[in-house]
Amino acid sequence: MQQETRTLTGNEAVALATKQLRPHVVAAYPITPQTGIIETFSEYVSNGEVDTELVLAESEHSAMSICVGAAAAGSRVATATSSQGLALMAEIVYIAAGMRLPMVMAVTNRALSGPLNIHCDHSDSMMVRDSGWIQIFCRDAQEAYDSILIATRLSEKQSVRLPAMVCYDGFFVSHNLTPVQILTDESVFSFVGPFKAGVDLLDTLHPATMGALALQNYYLEFKRAQAEAMRQALDWAPQIQEEFRLVSGRSYGMFQQYRLEDAQLVLIALGSVSRTAEVVVDRLRSAGWKVGILAPRFYRPFPRAELSSALVGKRAIAVLDRADSCGAFTGPLGLEVKSALFDHGVTVPVWNMIYGLGGRNITEQDIEGIFFQLLKIVQTGTAPPEDADYFGVREGPAEAGGSQKWVEVSTLRN
Amino acid sequence: MGRSLNLKELTRETPPLGPGHRLCAGCTASAIVRLVLMAADRPVVVVNATGCLEVATTVYPYTAWNMPWMHNAFENAAATVSGIEAAYRVRMRRGELREPLYFVAFGGDGGTYDIGLQSLSGALERGHRFVYVCYDNEAYMNTGIQRSSSTPLGSWTTTTPVGSVTVGKSTRRKDLTAIISAHRIPYVAQCAISHHMDLMRKARKAFDATGPAFLNILSPCVPGWRIEPSDTVRVSQMAVDTCFWPLFECEEGKLRVTVQPKEKKPVQEYFQIQGRYRHLLRPEHEALVAKMQQEVDQDWQRLKEGRIL
Repeated sequence: MQQETRTLTGNEAVALATKQLRPHVVAAYPITPQTGIIETFSEYVSNGEVDTELVLAESEHSAMSICVGAAAAGSRVATATSSQGLALMAEIVYIAAGMRLPMVMAVTNRALSGPLNIHCDHSDSMMVRDSGWIQIFCRDAQEAYDSILIATRLSEKQSVRLPAMVCYDGFFVSHNLTPVQILTDESVFSFVGPFKAGVDLLDTLHPATMGALALQNYYLEFKRAQAEAMRQALDWAPQIQEEFRLVSGRSYGMFQQYRLEDAQLVLIALGSVSRTAEVVVDRLRSAGWKVGILAPRFYRPFPRAELSSALVGKRAIAVLDRADSCGAFTGPLGLEVKSALFDHGVTVPVWNMIYGLGGRNITEQDIEGIFFQLLKIVQTGTAPPEDADYFGVREGPAEAGGSQKWVEVSTLRN
Repeated sequence: MGRSLNLKELTRETPPLGPGHRLCAGCTASAIVRLVLMAADRPVVVVNATGCLEVATTVYPYTAWNMPWMHNAFENAAATVSGIEAAYRVRMRRGELREPLYFVAFGGDGGTYDIGLQSLSGALERGHRFVYVCYDNEAYMNTGIQRSSSTPLGSWTTTTPVGSVTVGKSTRRKDLTAIISAHRIPYVAQCAISHHMDLMRKARKAFDATGPAFLNILSPCVPGWRIEPSDTVRVSQMAVDTCFWPLFECEEGKLRVTVQPKEKKPVQEYFQIQGRYRHLLRPEHEALVAKMQQEVDQDWQRLKEGRIL
């Protein structure tokens, strides 16, 4: 298991993993905070380190369209984007999945306009959560590197053949330098293998019509098949991640857990915040608190059953959402968790919080405050609010219709 | 080079676009596709923008295409063909493919002049080797005859009706062929279905070009132009004879008129054979017709002088 430790930003780690896939085509358009990936990859191409057609498109919409064309033409394809770029791509994001074209896309998570904001939240990935792409959320650069490789294998699996997004937090992960364990080019390529096309558009002896019109009599069956492919992804992900463990020594589940097993108070969150929360959990554990973390790694497919059974017997759960679902009065992850628990008959109070939108920082003290609030819920037997709270928001005074719940949280941690 | 452009012989081969598709009787899009593809002397991979041609030829589980064909969306045919061509280049380089191929994208004027212009411009600037064919029927015909930026001045469409206040489209059409030629690509041409040998010769040049090539082909539309199915070729001929749709090519920046009408006819003769212009024959629109004649004359004079703009 020959590996090398390098100090890399998340973006550099992703660019390196992408190079090691030996993609035929990479098409992209620069956007903050994704830009570093494409800059690094351009250097690889410029120095002949990888034999890839790098197509620098005039927009993300075209970048994704190029990816779809290239993937149909029998090639391994990768791209990367963020925020507005993903929003502009969205139309073709759905088509890539609908045409069952494998490809991997790094999504450096950033808030959506408006107002304009370049910093981290998950609203971009959440906007296309129903598109039929596999979505993996990463906590750090190591996971981003590893997930590009895992996502490629899963995406290209014949019974899956769905495109995959590897999501990681803009700036927090994309720009911070951390040590990353790098596999050799050979071991990466033997893990992912050469690309095998399903239908190859360039096979002129067997001409294919791709992207036909499917009306009332066929559309539903196409969509049903796509849903089944996502089920296959849920079934295959554990095995592929186990194969990855044998190659790398790094073990991944459908979700990552930290001191979860005997925990009574649980924090659930996507992305880098759960790494911050680990420090808090250790501190509270040493003070005798039974606290733990569950960080969903696969958001699509969402491991509903496995997640629910991991939460049986917990006393209170805080679900942190770095995105809102306006009008649902609950964040997207909160909806997912509540629905899974309900369907599996697991009754635990769930407190949902929208936090960190537009890159708003969340500190160890804040997370400690959240655990205190969970304790209060357990001790007083009061149900958490049905609607999500907006963590750390500055609201107007109560008489003006605002809420002062954030003050309570701040008071608790003092 | 390549096989000869003998239409009689070429029509004996398996047609690239088979019969049984659902285009209207008299539609010129299918004839344009066949003429363009018959001019290729290598296997061709086709990309199609959303539009009449696409929806009428590939209603799942049927297809009219006897060759590799792909549809992605409305505005991205040029980007899609870019991706396919990039994949082809790298797969040839890596020894995964051996067969030389041509790539062609078909889009209507909606997918080319309007919503797909950015995607096309990007693909031309990047220099992908492909032929883009705009079958230009001068309005959004697939959605039922709404104006596009290719719709000529004064023309009736469902969104530029002839009313008491406004009379058809109030602005000139966009000169897309000139815009494309400003990309300095190796080959740009205007063609018409009525001049099939001119069209095929241009298609052959487009396929042989060393970089991106563009063909803008007038595509008379039976329901949209309010004409009879049997009249589409005649209307196309009149568009050329009036110089309303001049035939020229721009090869490596050098402009050449390829078809000189024996006798340049007045635009009224073009208008009077189409329902979409019927209102222009009324005496109160004489000034508008005179203005259109003047624009046609100026454009024609400029082209004869070898200038595209």
